[in-house]
Amino acid sequence: MKSAVTITVNGEPRTAEVEPRTLLVHLLREHLNLTGTHVGCDTSNCGACTVWLDGEAVKSCTLLAVQADGREVTTIEGISENGDLHPMQWAFHEHHALQCGYCTPGMVMTAIKLLEANPAPTDEEIRHGLEGNLCRCTGYENIVAAVRAASGVTV
Amino acid sequence: MATTAEHAKGIGVAALRKEDRKFLTGHGRFVDDLKLPGMLHMAIVRSQFPHADITGIDTAAAAAMPGVTAVLTGDDLEFAAGVPCASNPTGDMVHPVRPPLAKGRVRHVGEPIAVVIAGDRYAARDAADAVEVSYAELPAVLDVEAARADGAPKVHEELDSNVALLLTHRTDGIDDAFSKADVVVEHTIRNQRLIHVPIETRGVVADWNTANDDLVVYSSTQVPHFLRTFLAIVCGVSEAKVRAIAPDVGGGFGSKLNAYAEEFIAAAASRKVGAPVKWIEERSEAMLATCHGRAQVAHMQLAATKDGKVLGMRAHYVQDYGSYLQMLTPLISQLTFLMSPGAYAIPEVDVKVTNVYTNTVPTDALRGAGRPEATHAIERMMDILAGELGMSRTEVRRRNFPVEFPFTTAIGLMYDSGDYAKTLDRLLELSDDKETFERRRTEAAARGKLLGRGLSTWVEVCGFVPSDVARNALGLTPGGWESSTVRMHPTGKITVITGTSPHGQGHATSWSQIVETELGVPFDDIEVIHGDTAFAPYGLGTYGSRSVAVGGTAVHLAASKVRDKARLVAAQMLEASPDDLDFEGGAFAVKGSPDKRTTIQEVAFRAWQAFGMPEGVTPGLDETVFFDPPNCVFPFGAHGCEVEVDRETGKVEITGYIAVDDCGNVINPMIVAGQVHGGVVHGIGQALYEIAEYDSGGQLVTGTLVDYLIPSAADVPHIETYRTVTPSPTNPLGVKGIGEAGTIAASPAVVGAVCDAIGVRDLDMPLQPETVWNAIQKGGAA
Repeated sequence: MKSAVTITVNGEPRTAEVEPRTLLVHLLREHLNLTGTHVGCDTSNCGACTVWLDGEAVKSCTLLAVQADGREVTTIEGISENGDLHPMQWAFHEHHALQCGYCTPGMVMTAIKLLEANPAPTDEEIRHGLEGNLCRCTGYENIVAAVRAASGVTV
Repeated sequence: MATTAEHAKGIGVAALRKEDRKFLTGHGRFVDDLKLPGMLHMAIVRSQFPHADITGIDTAAAAAMPGVTAVLTGDDLEFAAGVPCASNPTGDMVHPVRPPLAKGRVRHVGEPIAVVIAGDRYAARDAADAVEVSYAELPAVLDVEAARADGAPKVHEELDSNVALLLTHRTDGIDDAFSKADVVVEHTIRNQRLIHVPIETRGVVADWNTANDDLVVYSSTQVPHFLRTFLAIVCGVSEAKVRAIAPDVGGGFGSKLNAYAEEFIAAAASRKVGAPVKWIEERSEAMLATCHGRAQVAHMQLAATKDGKVLGMRAHYVQDYGSYLQMLTPLISQLTFLMSPGAYAIPEVDVKVTNVYTNTVPTDALRGAGRPEATHAIERMMDILAGELGMSRTEVRRRNFPVEFPFTTAIGLMYDSGDYAKTLDRLLELSDDKETFERRRTEAAARGKLLGRGLSTWVEVCGFVPSDVARNALGLTPGGWESSTVRMHPTGKITVITGTSPHGQGHATSWSQIVETELGVPFDDIEVIHGDTAFAPYGLGTYGSRSVAVGGTAVHLAASKVRDKARLVAAQMLEASPDDLDFEGGAFAVKGSPDKRTTIQEVAFRAWQAFGMPEGVTPGLDETVFFDPPNCVFPFGAHGCEVEVDRETGKVEITGYIAVDDCGNVINPMIVAGQVHGGVVHGIGQALYEIAEYDSGGQLVTGTLVDYLIPSAADVPHIETYRTVTPSPTNPLGVKGIGEAGTIAASPAVVGAVCDAIGVRDLDMPLQPETVWNAIQKGGAA
């Protein structure tokens, strides 16, 4: 049995027929070919699958696609405009905040929302804000630096 | 070599990475992002017991489920060889044969028994759960003590015992050193079993075109060429028909330095069903079935004079191999063995390694691969010795540093260059003096916090490896060279093809910097290709901090050859002698007549035209170099950290971390610092959080990221990185590796700091709050 879902993804309405148990991340990746959103664990620990649902950062491996029916989803592919990088993406580039690049989309999606909620965070607040996104390459040092730079706060 | 200053993004510049944009925008291409026409999905049925005979596999229910194409067992897929091991330290070690899909017997929980091929991953997983496997359980050995006990059940019946291999090295004066010593200190130091946890798990897409018998395998691997060779051997197909591709790879840390059962199974399954087969490892499978690391116990003794000079070391390491030999399983403890004296001139040694099979997941390389184990053991012993002598921990180290380089250790390694006191001095300059620290310590005690400081002075062997050393000293099947092609196109752009296979290290950027420096062609005009065996000359891949010292040198040498040939063509164009040309800023000019010049791009066009080529010079600028290094390289450094321990809870917070490293000359300081950051945090993970544990029934109890804690941003400190520069004489770039340095250095510094804080001699990692709290309760903290 399949259900039809209609989700506005990166501003475009998209419809798909999915099994009710289909995870949102699999809808995005396998039905809509938006492969920038990654899967890194089975347990909602790593945050590689982070997207925005109605403007809030969520882990798309923890939501069913049907739960997103009628709502708006933004993925990493949808945050830059006219080919220009989002300021957070620039900050990651300029501060060498990525190595293998696998956690990067989820990290960027979380970091943007972190600054929306707290535009001038301390380093400690940045670290706690990123707690749900794991990176095994960078030691987080340059990710924290990038988020700080994107906030415009100098230390 | 042209000078750095004239090149905007040449060697030594913190050039921003050219590989970033695709990852930042979600346009990386990882294995799970690939979709081939008609592709099917594979799910794996894994052993539920640590040691058992398979008495039956009922596939009927699974095969009847919707969407299922096939259910395959060890009887359905034929292989020409078992899962390969490329390491035989003594040359006469028996390698037990392990079929990729178990036949008859399983030896660890998680071993593959059967696979389901289905139209989508959900259907495949459902059907895998419906496969009924019957087992006759056998007694299992789950740790090295049990495995070495008299009458222990054997993991491999055909072997004499569970002891797989002994390595020994004893110098003549060792007993004398111990008998004349003023002090002897003794301790057992444990490197717990760890799991790598790259954020991308393993994954494979295998596409066997049965019409031509061509096999293309996309795999999340650090070693695509090895994979091609092993696919040919294990699957029984001509290597010339196999193409292995490492697309973007989401981290490895040694876990993808392997050729795994699942890669062979996916290939064989693709042949069987006549369609491309994708297997993407679930995280719980990654914990259960990808190789683990560390799992080593060191029984250490140091003999020293009362003024701190170490006269001799006895070290007995016991390594848990797990149940089978993966690609380099025996090499890992061999590297511990080789690096056992660490950064110290210890004249007499008696070193032994006992390697043991257990009914657990095989162990293999994990960031540092044997060197963190060696370093943790010797560094903890130096702290213990300092405590015994009442001497400062820095002083006891300093008194044992080698002074003259190259320095040959009592084990027989030749450390190529070093100045260990320099990094230690720099660390001390950057740290608070004792008085300031003691004042802060007193202040902290008043609020219930115990402050402590620790350090390590580390050295590692990396840049693997001269091929004759690979054969004679290590017993490896392959040598240790690396390849590169530098190809100038008619339009003056450059393609660099490298045999290394990065998975986060930024080779596209660093290799472009090397070529820009050598040829004066702008960084942005240089593209780097890696990871595809159809394009690249054979390469040995990326591991063991070898890429820059061996692969980067190959790039440099290939670019030099291009320049040498271009000089001949330019001389013809300028009607001058090749010796009369200067090369600067990407152009050849006649000495004394700077107006008579031609750019290397113009030379590339002429070489492509091949009009009026000099006598004996072939068309084109396209050079390939295979570089076999004359020695390994030996980076070193001094790391220090400060911790605050909560007296009530035992929680450890690292409040400061300073890394002073020396990896010789540096291609890109930004990338080097990034490698140190990541490495240090990996070492902090081992020191404070991570441990893979089996229960008494052989079940992995740390099977998810809920149970196995890798550090988050909130768990680790700001890391300050500094460098000194002592060039390597081993390669023309003067470079050494840095990818594993932080991991090697960090764990002893952190453990030393916690021991200092609570006043105990040593603690077994990980220093989770319970461990620390218990130590405090036992009277550790005054």
